[in-house]
Amino acid sequence: MAKIIVVTSGKGGVGKTTTSAAIGSGLAMRGHRTVVVDFDVGLRNLDLIMGCERRVVYDFINVIQGDATLNQALIKDKRLENLYVLAASQTRDKDALSDEGVARVMGELSDQFDFVICDSPAGIEKGAHMAMYHADEAIVVTNPEVSSVRDSDRMLGLLSSKSRRAELGLEPIKEFLLLTRYNPERVETGEMLSVSDVEEILSIKLLGVIPESQAVLKASNQGVPVVFDAESDAGQAYSDAVERLLGAEMPHRFLEAQKKGLLKRLFGG
Amino acid sequence: MTSSASSLLDSSPAFTLKGGSFTATLVELLSVDPAHVEAQLRARLHDAAAFLLQSPVILSVEKVAHETADWSALLGLCQQLGIRLVGVRAPLQLQSGIEALGLPVLPPPRRKSPTSEELAVAPAPVAAAAQSTRVINQPVRGGQQIYAPGDLIVLAPVSAGAEVLADGHIHIYAPLRGRALAGVQGNLEARIFCQSLEAEMISVAGRYRVAEELRRTTSWGKPSQIYLQGETLALQAL
Repeated sequence: MAKIIVVTSGKGGVGKTTTSAAIGSGLAMRGHRTVVVDFDVGLRNLDLIMGCERRVVYDFINVIQGDATLNQALIKDKRLENLYVLAASQTRDKDALSDEGVARVMGELSDQFDFVICDSPAGIEKGAHMAMYHADEAIVVTNPEVSSVRDSDRMLGLLSSKSRRAELGLEPIKEFLLLTRYNPERVETGEMLSVSDVEEILSIKLLGVIPESQAVLKASNQGVPVVFDAESDAGQAYSDAVERLLGAEMPHRFLEAQKKGLLKRLFGG
Repeated sequence: MTSSASSLLDSSPAFTLKGGSFTATLVELLSVDPAHVEAQLRARLHDAAAFLLQSPVILSVEKVAHETADWSALLGLCQQLGIRLVGVRAPLQLQSGIEALGLPVLPPPRRKSPTSEELAVAPAPVAAAAQSTRVINQPVRGGQQIYAPGDLIVLAPVSAGAEVLADGHIHIYAPLRGRALAGVQGNLEARIFCQSLEAEMISVAGRYRVAEELRRTTSWGKPSQIYLQGETLALQAL
């Protein structure tokens, strides 16, 4: 039985797809059979970030409607043996996600994989609901600003009341906070909420803090999940987060502003 | 056997002692000149006679306590105008003088701690409290609404955008950042207690205050209780 993890936020543009790709890849790198599923039907992005957009033949909706088998739709990653992608359909909308269909596909994926990562669409409507319904764990991606924190809080409320685990009265979904686009310099000047501010408001376990980084944009444009860029701060921060997801205790990095040297100050850095 | 003798043997309770709080009109004196007071009181009795005459009145003399005044004349004036005085709120130094005139003296309110009057009414039984109490262990997140037909106890934060309601009291042993409405069925005795007051809105029996006003008070961000004092919501540090 796989562990089903939803990557969600409520708010759009905070880094859900980047996180799904990075966490999925990070798990596969460590030898776990992993599939990343794009629930954002109608706005397919995950395949781009994962660099497999040219190999999409069948998608999630085709499998739900019985037009293709799961194995026909699963796209194998070219870099990692254990990594697969299930792309969203671009020509359909979220109403094509039926309760029974999603449940069946989740069940089949669960038999084949160790981890199923569900990349949730923004919002709290049907797509987001479907993505989180079957989850065992949730990664709540939040930017250090008030509207994102508020939306994450709303999402946490839904996770605890509208999921399969909540409805069946099982042990609640394990919730993790992933703070993305963190800029310690801007926290110091008071333009951004700090890690402790966000932790205090949401009061859930902190999985990681991903610094705002050029590496993320570069990775997205190249279709290589940022976790492959082991030199970059964001790549390392995602690796740490994967370790913590697997149960390791790691100190949090990239929380302090770097002291700029004289040369950097003169020539910009 | 006479009736008084049989009454002496009757051990069934003839009365019980209870606390209670009542609404009264407060007339706060700003002048001790009887003629000055009389002229203006008469004018007010004309326009708001029913309001003043029908409810019990407490005369507050704290603002003029330092002046030498003929308290007997001022109290007599009230009686003469038909104002039903039930007590005088006066500082300690005037207590014996006014009590000698036959009216009970109430102590002035203290800002930081409850007055003896409030302490006396605090343990008064609240009808709704007898009903079921609801205990919530999870954070109440934005968009969630929790209602208790009796008292509500929350052991985790109440987020911005969340709403907690109760017919009785609301206790929050964490920050209150959302809305809390106590006494929603009109219980005037209901109170709200929280470990940190950061609420969007608080309300007791329909009287409410929003964050904009709350932020300007000294209770903001502190452990506080909220209760109804007359028609206004009082905030008090815990």
